[in-house]
Amino acid sequence: MLGVLVLHLVVAAVVLALAPTLGRRVMLVAALAPLGTGLWAATQVSAVLDGETVQQSYRWVDQLGLVIDLRLNAFSLVMVSLIAAVGTCVFVYASAYFGDRPDLGRFGAPLVLFAGAMVGLVLADDLLLLFVFWELTSVTSYLLIGFEDEKAAARGAALQAILVTGAGGLVMLAGFVLLGQAAGTWQLSELLADPPTGSTVGVALVLVLVGAFTKSAQVPFHFWLPAAMSAPTPVSAFLHSATMVKAGVYLIAVLAPAFATEPVWRPTVLVVGSATMLLGGYRALRQHDIKLLLAFGTVSQLGFLVILFGIGTPETTFAGIVMLIAHATFKAGLFLVVGIVDHEAHTRDLRRLYGLARAMPYTFVVAAVAAASMAGLPPLLGFIGKESALESLLHVHAGWGPAVLAVVVVGSILTFAYTARFMWGTFATEPTQARTIRSRYAVTHDATAWMVAPAALIAAPALVFGLLPFVLKPLVVDAAASLGEAVEDPSLSLWHGFNAALGLSAIIIGTGVVLFLRRRTVERVQAMPRRSVEAAAGYRQAITTLNDVADRTTGVVQSGSLPVYLGIILMTLVLLPGSALVLAAAWPEELQLASSWLQVVVSVAVVLAAVAAARARRRLVAVLLLGGVGYGVAVLFMVQGAPDLALTQLLVETLAVVIFALVLRHLPDRFEPQTWRIAQVPRLLVAAAVGVFVTAAALVMGNARQGAPISVEHLARALPEGGGKNVVNVILVDFRGFDTLGEITVIAVAALGVLTLVRAGRRSEEEVP
Amino acid sequence: MRSERSPILEVGVDSVFHTILIFSIFLLIVGHNSPGGGFVGGLVAGAALVLRYVSGGQAEVRRFVPFEAETLFGVGLLVAATTGIVPAVAGGTFLESEIWETEVPVLGTVKLSSTLFFDCGVYLVVVGLVLMVLGVLGATEADASQPDDGEALVDGPAVADAEAETGAETGADADGLREERP
Repeated sequence: MLGVLVLHLVVAAVVLALAPTLGRRVMLVAALAPLGTGLWAATQVSAVLDGETVQQSYRWVDQLGLVIDLRLNAFSLVMVSLIAAVGTCVFVYASAYFGDRPDLGRFGAPLVLFAGAMVGLVLADDLLLLFVFWELTSVTSYLLIGFEDEKAAARGAALQAILVTGAGGLVMLAGFVLLGQAAGTWQLSELLADPPTGSTVGVALVLVLVGAFTKSAQVPFHFWLPAAMSAPTPVSAFLHSATMVKAGVYLIAVLAPAFATEPVWRPTVLVVGSATMLLGGYRALRQHDIKLLLAFGTVSQLGFLVILFGIGTPETTFAGIVMLIAHATFKAGLFLVVGIVDHEAHTRDLRRLYGLARAMPYTFVVAAVAAASMAGLPPLLGFIGKESALESLLHVHAGWGPAVLAVVVVGSILTFAYTARFMWGTFATEPTQARTIRSRYAVTHDATAWMVAPAALIAAPALVFGLLPFVLKPLVVDAAASLGEAVEDPSLSLWHGFNAALGLSAIIIGTGVVLFLRRRTVERVQAMPRRSVEAAAGYRQAITTLNDVADRTTGVVQSGSLPVYLGIILMTLVLLPGSALVLAAAWPEELQLASSWLQVVVSVAVVLAAVAAARARRRLVAVLLLGGVGYGVAVLFMVQGAPDLALTQLLVETLAVVIFALVLRHLPDRFEPQTWRIAQVPRLLVAAAVGVFVTAAALVMGNARQGAPISVEHLARALPEGGGKNVVNVILVDFRGFDTLGEITVIAVAALGVLTLVRAGRRSEEEVP
Repeated sequence: MRSERSPILEVGVDSVFHTILIFSIFLLIVGHNSPGGGFVGGLVAGAALVLRYVSGGQAEVRRFVPFEAETLFGVGLLVAATTGIVPAVAGGTFLESEIWETEVPVLGTVKLSSTLFFDCGVYLVVVGLVLMVLGVLGATEADASQPDDGEALVDGPAVADAEAETGAETGADADGLREERP
């Protein structure tokens, strides 16, 4: 399993390297990653269907308890297969979708990385590992939404998506920590086998649910998903309908069987899921952009899935898995169709598109199958999923059962209506309407097979599994069983006889048809409220407020005066450790003034240089004198027997003087003369206080040691374990190598920041002569 | 940066430059057993570059180090991180060190520790840092008119603010969203 993840990393690197030469065909190379994953998943099917759980564990950072725990059960197999199948088709599609541009590596590599992160997410058996993959999907999604970074809309949407999902992810991390603490384990399977209880767990679950809701675009966090539609269509199909937005649903599905009986769980999940399902459907019915229509449709369907998985009974979970598969196939297929329409007709506006069925027969067939599955028409998988969902909800014996059922029925009616609106507006020829505006967008031929075939392949399961549901049944049964209890008497077929679920289906389709036929009235009703409340407005308000607060805080805290900064830092030093020194210091009994005459001579020289530096009028003189102080200290180190320290001090001091000299070229030659002598009094006081404190501290601290110094151990272990006689170096590169790595990373990142700022400053200067 | 160059300085720097560079590599290699190491070695190499800068300005430094500071940061971090990852993949722990000893005809027993590679990473990052300082602070006369730090401080938040606001407005405006054809 680790191999599958590494495969994605490798392919991503190869894609980056080959992109400039291969152009858009590099997407076919990228397709190898999901293809490989799919082949691997196929080899595991028989083992998993035998009830085995494939496991792999790799100790990552032992000291922190970080372990890469991976496990493949039937439910993760379903998810992995979806990711691999949709991924492969999407990559092939993308190889025809883009024009030939050299920078597609910037698109392909994050997309491959995303696929890897998503596979890791559904394989992770460790809460922290799951979180890492979770955030990786957020980050890659950010890069992909913002791919066309010259467009402000794409940049804004990317930022919005990562802020919402990233904030949710952090909340979820807090929930994970609470859960892990309460259970005493980070391992997901152990946690689910023996779920902890108590009030902490309730809080933890709410926090985790917030994370899941942000990721799966649930109300009130749903707004980022429609905005994310400014990403290229392959991304919308792959991330924002089939896989990434299912991460939250996945988490709910995994946790629900163990935690559904917690008092906070069902109210939260059902209220949010219901609101999302209805709002998404309602908004979808109002869109003119077919991509946005599908996006709001996705929001609605995600709400549906959250309801089904959130209830957590074996029957609803079973239905949820069927719906999950159905949704991934029809929605990804439809997104690819929208991409094709956009590609050929150069618009996605329902008011301009018309009659594409005649010009694009193959695309139309694909769209028709996928859309029929989405609307819940027999004999497609969407119909079977909806039937089993209705059936399972009819069997819920609780007060909220009928209410949830009603929500699902209304949501499904809306789904039918917006699906019909989408199909009719895009593909039908309306004779009554004037075609003057529309003719500009006339399409004469179908898209290339490279685009239509992947769409058809993704949508095909909707028909295949719809007609032959028994092929899918064993996997779904096992997947449901791997989440919780097995379903008693599972049934997955087109025809259940005349029962209540079929009646509800008839009502859904009938009402949906009426809504579609009366679409002018519906449009008028929807246009009535002038000022609708939008969640996106809340987001905008929050960002504006945040910026305001940050602005004001900066204004107060960052005065921009160097003396004030230094004064605050130094006085803090004097007051905090200084008071501890006065209160609890053990003064040394006897003091040795110096151990050699050299020390005395050098110390006097250092003091003289320091005083002279403070009194210097010219800046350069002051800098040179400061350098002299540093050299003197280096000599003191040398005398004390620390050649390494002395050498470093000497070199740093030299470079510091050079850097100062470079800076001084931009400053006046002399310090500004102090005309007002009173102003120097506080400075003198601060300087004196710091001097007294440092001297006292140096005297006391040498005596204050209580434990054995760590240097003893380091000295003893340097040669046998580190293989070096220079203890300082062994500590730096071996004992504390991790620290050093962190330090050079910080240095490099800070330096890059400085470089970027300076270059930006220079550029803006060149623009304004 | 300067119109007149000092021939004495140039010849002097020429004569010591390579010696200093070799000395810096010497420090890097012996660092495990005697004073030295990647950090110190890098600083010495940096000092050599500073000498180049003093004698001939930015162009002269460029002539000897034809890459950007960023490249050095990247390569340095890559080398250091790889030294950490390789033993972890090979079955040990992150950054675990390995020591090889071989007999070389003239030199006798030569001991090589894998930490040397790590130190090379540190060395490169430090050299990159010096290069960056020279590039940023010592560029050309045109920079003398650059806004000083005080102004930059005032500018910073305002710019970030404006960006965030446009981002929020454009991104959230989902209903009015239109994607140009790819």
